[in-house]
Amino acid sequence: MSYPIDELDPDVGVIRVDGRLNMVTAGQLKDTVIEAVAAGRQRLVIDLTKATFMDSSGLGALIGALKTARAAGGDLRIAGANEQVLMVLQLSNMDRILRPYETPESAFAD
Amino acid sequence: MTTRRSRDYRGEQAESRRLLWLRIWTVLTLALGFNYVGWRWLASINWSAWWIAVPLVLAETYSIIDLTLFSLTIWRSRQRGEPPPPLDDATVDVFITTYNEPPELVLNTLQAAITISYPHQTWVLDDGDREELRAATEQLGAGYITRGDEWHGKPRHAKAGNLNNALMQTHGEFILVLDADMVADPAILDRTLGYFADEKVALVQTPQHFINVPASDPLGSQAPLFYGPIQEGKDGWGAAFFCGSNAVLRREALMDLGITGYVAATQRTVVNRLKEARGLVWRTMRRADAASAPILTKTRDAIDHALGEIGRGEPIAEVTYELQRDLHQLSHAQVGTDLAQLASDLDELGFDQSAFNIDSDEVIARLAAIDISPLNAVEAVERTLRAIDIGRSDEAQAVLPMATISVTEDMATAMRLHARGWTSVYSNETLAEGLAPEGLSVSLTQRLRWAQGTMQVFFRENPLVVRGLTLPQRMMYLSTMWSYLSGFATVVYLLAPILFLTAGVLPVNSYAAPFFLRFLPFMVANQLLFVFASRGLPTWRGQQYTLALFPVWIKACWTAAANVWAGRPLGFAVTPKANTRATSVQWGLIGWQLAASIALIISIVVGTIWLVVGHAEPIGTLINLAWVVFDLVSMSALVGAVRYRGFDASEETP
Repeated sequence: MSYPIDELDPDVGVIRVDGRLNMVTAGQLKDTVIEAVAAGRQRLVIDLTKATFMDSSGLGALIGALKTARAAGGDLRIAGANEQVLMVLQLSNMDRILRPYETPESAFAD
Repeated sequence: MTTRRSRDYRGEQAESRRLLWLRIWTVLTLALGFNYVGWRWLASINWSAWWIAVPLVLAETYSIIDLTLFSLTIWRSRQRGEPPPPLDDATVDVFITTYNEPPELVLNTLQAAITISYPHQTWVLDDGDREELRAATEQLGAGYITRGDEWHGKPRHAKAGNLNNALMQTHGEFILVLDADMVADPAILDRTLGYFADEKVALVQTPQHFINVPASDPLGSQAPLFYGPIQEGKDGWGAAFFCGSNAVLRREALMDLGITGYVAATQRTVVNRLKEARGLVWRTMRRADAASAPILTKTRDAIDHALGEIGRGEPIAEVTYELQRDLHQLSHAQVGTDLAQLASDLDELGFDQSAFNIDSDEVIARLAAIDISPLNAVEAVERTLRAIDIGRSDEAQAVLPMATISVTEDMATAMRLHARGWTSVYSNETLAEGLAPEGLSVSLTQRLRWAQGTMQVFFRENPLVVRGLTLPQRMMYLSTMWSYLSGFATVVYLLAPILFLTAGVLPVNSYAAPFFLRFLPFMVANQLLFVFASRGLPTWRGQQYTLALFPVWIKACWTAAANVWAGRPLGFAVTPKANTRATSVQWGLIGWQLAASIALIISIVVGTIWLVVGHAEPIGTLINLAWVVFDLVSMSALVGAVRYRGFDASEETP
């Protein structure tokens, strides 16, 4: 099983995570990222607008996804995180690695 | 009230003699009845019209079982003699329960209650929370109790909740419960407290008699059969019912119910939640990947372990505390694993992991806290952790002495008392008189409520399976519940003669001599049994209503079933005590009965025509015509009821 990917730009894919990003669904995110990278997508945005909850496993999955994207020479960003997700990111200082963008459109605006 | 209404009690010997004859007649009636129904099953079903023949024989079987339960009841319907002298120095609280009755009515009841001669404390339990009633009550020197803030947003449990609330704020050893309209005789406690000398007695019930009912009793308000031979018979078998008012209860017995109920409810809740959680962990395991499998397995094992401990009788508080700790440790371990993986990923990405906050105990602890624990992946685990709540936070009170499983809390409470080994007494002496509804609409609402409540108990705590009751007690509760199933049989009893008279459909092989010789003696014996059992009390009105209110009984059965099994609300209404008169003739209340009556009348006309033109078999037609007339006469009670405009005091009361 994997999350749906939308195309934002020719080479920017948006992975739409919905529901809980946790121990059970972490693998699903990893698989989606590996597939997207294998399909040649360089730049990925994980859209968390519809993600309701994230735990330490979900956090690990985000970093794992970043690692996969970087290893393929691309990059990965996150967008649309809710308060609880932001709290987990801040708690671990991970927001210094993965900057939370407001929207997927703004993630690669630079 | 100056004269007490005790029925003519003529002493132990006379009672024994009367009971002997009654028992002989009962055996005779049942023998004739089983002979008839046995013959119906074995030799007289007309299989070619099975679709009506089988329902009819089932309805007849229902009726013979009903009769058997009634016979068992009156087998021991012995009147008690003079009550024992009251206890010395007992402390008594008198509770007057009210919801929305007019203050004048409540205060009238209160004044009578204050003048009860045995020392007591009187309380008004006002579920309407009315300031003016509080002031008037306190002015008369009585206590006023209403619900506090703790009930906000919690189930109120109607009258049971009102009583439970007051039980927690008062201390008397005994409690006299009176409905808002029940004006007590000053001797009510002197005439009932003596029974409590037996320390197993939890309840003394006295009759409910209504003063605003004319001799003709158009609404069938008085229940002479129930408050006579039936309650006496239940009493004889150690199963006198609690009827909600005019009864004295032992506080210790009610608290015993409250405490055991609390323990049972807590255990049930914890076990159910744990099982539910285990099921969800199982389902999650099936769709989760290998990485999360070990922790899920451990979670499941921890829940299984807790369930096992509870099953072995370990204290629930300890078991659940241990489970909470186990789950917390699992959560901690998972966070540790996640963060270690994260650190190694950061390393590979070339970040200096020491710059991040992922190694501190505080972060691990916070990520492992209940609200964001990785175990929440199994949503049920989060719910489980919260559900392990042994304070019964879904209720306003942890201890609920009065049963709250039914809108007729009285019957449910009495059955639980009996199941716990407490005993009850029915003393057939009218010691309080009240007001019956004066309009058919309210009367029907009240009967529907009783029937619904009874069926709720039937479905929720069936007397045949509840632990702790004696076999006769089971039969006494079953008897009352069984009688509320009569609506279904009545439909068949209405349809069968209509089908015969109009379409010639014959549910029995023959209406000739073999039928007659079995049916008629049984029917006569059965009617006489009622006459003998009721000792001359007017029971015909009650018989009429049993048949005529078939739509009410059927509605009660299905709404109670939908409530118990599908959680649908009953649409419960409190029965008003004042302004209950009908202001217009509401035929709509009895639509089904009108339709049935019209069909019955048409069948008389059609059947007579067939008979005259020589198409129909004469004996069968006459039997069915008689049957239809009986149905119509029964339903005719409703004509007087729907046109009744309330009690006129100038008319003589019974």
